[in-house]
Amino acid sequence: MRDDEFLEMEDFDLSARVPLDRREFLKRFGGGIFIMFTLGDLSILEAQERRRRGMDYPTDFNAYLRIGEDGRVSCFTGKIEMGQGIFTSLAQMLAEELDVPLASVDMVMGDTARCPWDMGTFGSMTTRFFGPPLRAAGAEARGVLMELAAEQLDVPKDRLVARDGVIFAKDQRQKKVSYAQLAKGKVIERHMKQKPALKTPSEFRVIGKPHLRRDSVEKVTGKAQYAGDIRLEGMLYARILRPPAHGAELKHVDTSAAEKIKGAQVVRDGDLVAVLHKTPDGAESALGRIKAEWDVPEPQVDDKTIFDHLLKHTPRGNVADRGGDLEKGERLANTIIEEVYYNSYVAHAPIETHTALAKIDGETATVWASTQGPFGVQSAVARALGFRSENVRIIAPFVGGGFGGKTSAPQAVEAARLAKLAGKPVQVAWSRAEEFFYDTFRPAAIIKIRSGITKSGEITFWDNAVHFAGSRGSDLFYDVPHHRTTIYGEWRGGPGSHPFGTGPWRAPANNSNTHGRESHIDVMASKAGIDPVEFRLKNLKDERMIRVIKAAAERFGWKPAKSPSARGVGVACGIDSGTYVTTMAEIAVDKKTGKIQVKRVVCAQEMGIVVNPAGATIQMEGCITMGLGYALTEEVRFKGGDVLDRSFRSYNLPRFSWLPQIETVLVKADDLSPQGGGEPAIITMGGVIANAVFDATGARLFQLPMTPERVKEGLAAHA
Amino acid sequence: MSQTIQFNLNGKTTKLSVDGDRMLLWVLRTDLELTGTKFGCGEGFCGACTVLVNSEAVRSCQTAVKEVQGKEVVTIEGLAKNGKLHPLQKAFIEHDALQCGFCTPGMILNAYSLLRENPQPTYPEIVDEMEDNLCRCGSHKRMIEAIQAVATEMKGGMNR
Repeated sequence: MRDDEFLEMEDFDLSARVPLDRREFLKRFGGGIFIMFTLGDLSILEAQERRRRGMDYPTDFNAYLRIGEDGRVSCFTGKIEMGQGIFTSLAQMLAEELDVPLASVDMVMGDTARCPWDMGTFGSMTTRFFGPPLRAAGAEARGVLMELAAEQLDVPKDRLVARDGVIFAKDQRQKKVSYAQLAKGKVIERHMKQKPALKTPSEFRVIGKPHLRRDSVEKVTGKAQYAGDIRLEGMLYARILRPPAHGAELKHVDTSAAEKIKGAQVVRDGDLVAVLHKTPDGAESALGRIKAEWDVPEPQVDDKTIFDHLLKHTPRGNVADRGGDLEKGERLANTIIEEVYYNSYVAHAPIETHTALAKIDGETATVWASTQGPFGVQSAVARALGFRSENVRIIAPFVGGGFGGKTSAPQAVEAARLAKLAGKPVQVAWSRAEEFFYDTFRPAAIIKIRSGITKSGEITFWDNAVHFAGSRGSDLFYDVPHHRTTIYGEWRGGPGSHPFGTGPWRAPANNSNTHGRESHIDVMASKAGIDPVEFRLKNLKDERMIRVIKAAAERFGWKPAKSPSARGVGVACGIDSGTYVTTMAEIAVDKKTGKIQVKRVVCAQEMGIVVNPAGATIQMEGCITMGLGYALTEEVRFKGGDVLDRSFRSYNLPRFSWLPQIETVLVKADDLSPQGGGEPAIITMGGVIANAVFDATGARLFQLPMTPERVKEGLAAHA
Repeated sequence: MSQTIQFNLNGKTTKLSVDGDRMLLWVLRTDLELTGTKFGCGEGFCGACTVLVNSEAVRSCQTAVKEVQGKEVVTIEGLAKNGKLHPLQKAFIEHDALQCGFCTPGMILNAYSLLRENPQPTYPEIVDEMEDNLCRCGSHKRMIEAIQAVATEMKGGMNR
């Protein structure tokens, strides 16, 4: 894991972590076998821990599993389920190592009172970093059960076999005992001290087999509860007075008309002005009666001038990667190519808006919140209320889409403050307009690349200056002797840069970096007169990437040709969260309207051991479909701090009619541990479509999204 | 103004004393605590709040409760009958046609309405009818496959 992935945790006060009292835990459950474990057990985070200032990852345990007296296995983790499927894949990993049926595993997630501390769910880290200790804990538990069984059955451990929650003697099958029987009446606590032997891929019975999602029944019947679905006696719904623009200051407010609405209660705490009502629509109509005057700063920048603005506010750069000698690389080049690639602000736009319900009892608070980081929210709420962290319980039920946008949860703090003021439980559910306004957008970014090639198409040097995108995905995996990558500003920008919040967006930074890099590779291939796939292979030594490109080309039926070939085909490659991706696409451009229709997308992905091939495939399809948005239409328009796109009327998400024929290929790599799956396949979508547009028309589009207007401009400039 | 609104909700007669101009979405979610119907935008652009009124998909955030007076309303909670999932619900499960699940109730009810009108829809007809329901996770491909499977399975007769 790189430092940039940790940056997603900036909002979290790691030192405020609440230690859990183990005895409290054990008391709560009665009997059972408990295995406590932590990410640190396998030393995965050691290096990062040392690097990270004040990084205090739990050394006692940060997750645990329990084998209950009924034989059911429960895994308690602070991770949350937001659609990415870990509710299923984590259970698979545990079932595998424990030798129990998948159906007997319960996942208890995202509840700060029941689950030990966890950093949060983002960065495609769950499978990569939580998976190994989880599997090890499963193996440890199995070891404990084997010991108990050996004693009870009076058979040596090496002559016992565990299968489906039952241990029996190899040569005497009637001699058997179930996990439930073994756990009965016992309280056994084990801490992982050393790494137990994990199963090898050839032994897998559950891992690597496709499994349907385990949360579907609740979700198709309306029973699945999201934060907004919790109902408490006497609860009130809040609507909060919002400024017209970021940076605006409240000058005067008149709430008298709102107070006259039957059942409406106006509350105020400094700048927080809200209406409470026993119905959300009642609160909404009362809010409409509040008259407020604001001091709105003069807009300094808009979506047209943003790139100049950002370049003027560029912070000092950090060289992230350097090798060889750039001057030498320039001398070796026959052709030098310099281009700049842009992308606009992009919204997360989950269908569930930020929502929370808070309930205060004396000095304790309970908040149900749609969040990717319940423990970060716990400290934020505690700070806001002046409560001790251990007296604040955050529960993240099912989350209706996150994509990085629910890493922090200011709505939970709002609900808690209002509940304290009102003396009743209060729900805050952001409207769609609030969701757009307070989103932490994927930052607008500028990627400047200068490079050189020889006559025969070898890249001699690569000088990449990444402005505001962030560093993730900026590593050059092509084999270039002389290279440098400089990062100017991470995704949160810096003082005076972005006029509103920015933050991590599904595979943060990597979408922008991959779009720039893969566009530029294609520009060079075209200049060299070499087929873009051949050009890539010619400049690659990384065997993993070569395999993935070949797998994609085979499925796609890639026929080599110099681009532009007028066929409208493109290729783009990338690495994210340890996973390798190559995407190929076929598109058509309507030259009159400028509209791009993506007809077919083939994506090959190598992610080490695939825990749940069904889940991995769905994530790839989801990435491809969602990626069409930032490639083709999604951009947030604004004037100063005023966000102009605050509705699905003008902010266009991918729809059914956009759907290309999607084909996915999982490249087998069982010799590698499982890598990330929720984000990688989205990173290539901007680049692959831009390259296909060039192949179709000869016009190179340098800015995302490739709206019809930009396509028409590009075509005109080319002509 | 408070008025008496009576309608059939998920097979049961429901009588409410309520301001008839209030939107059905909020009456369902708040007064009746049927939270399977989701709020996504409140402007009729996303379809998360889709319910059936006389078997037709409508956006409950744009439907005043007085408009359902005397009608039959079905929410996602009422689609399964006698503990048996509707074929669309089963198909969504079997095709993994959901991720976060937040748009799912609206998608299923919109697909129900589509199949009732047109039991053997072509691919473009499915796309056309589902077009205005938004999904952010990108489960569109699976949802179309699930709807196609139900259409094939029911061979034109969709009985609830």
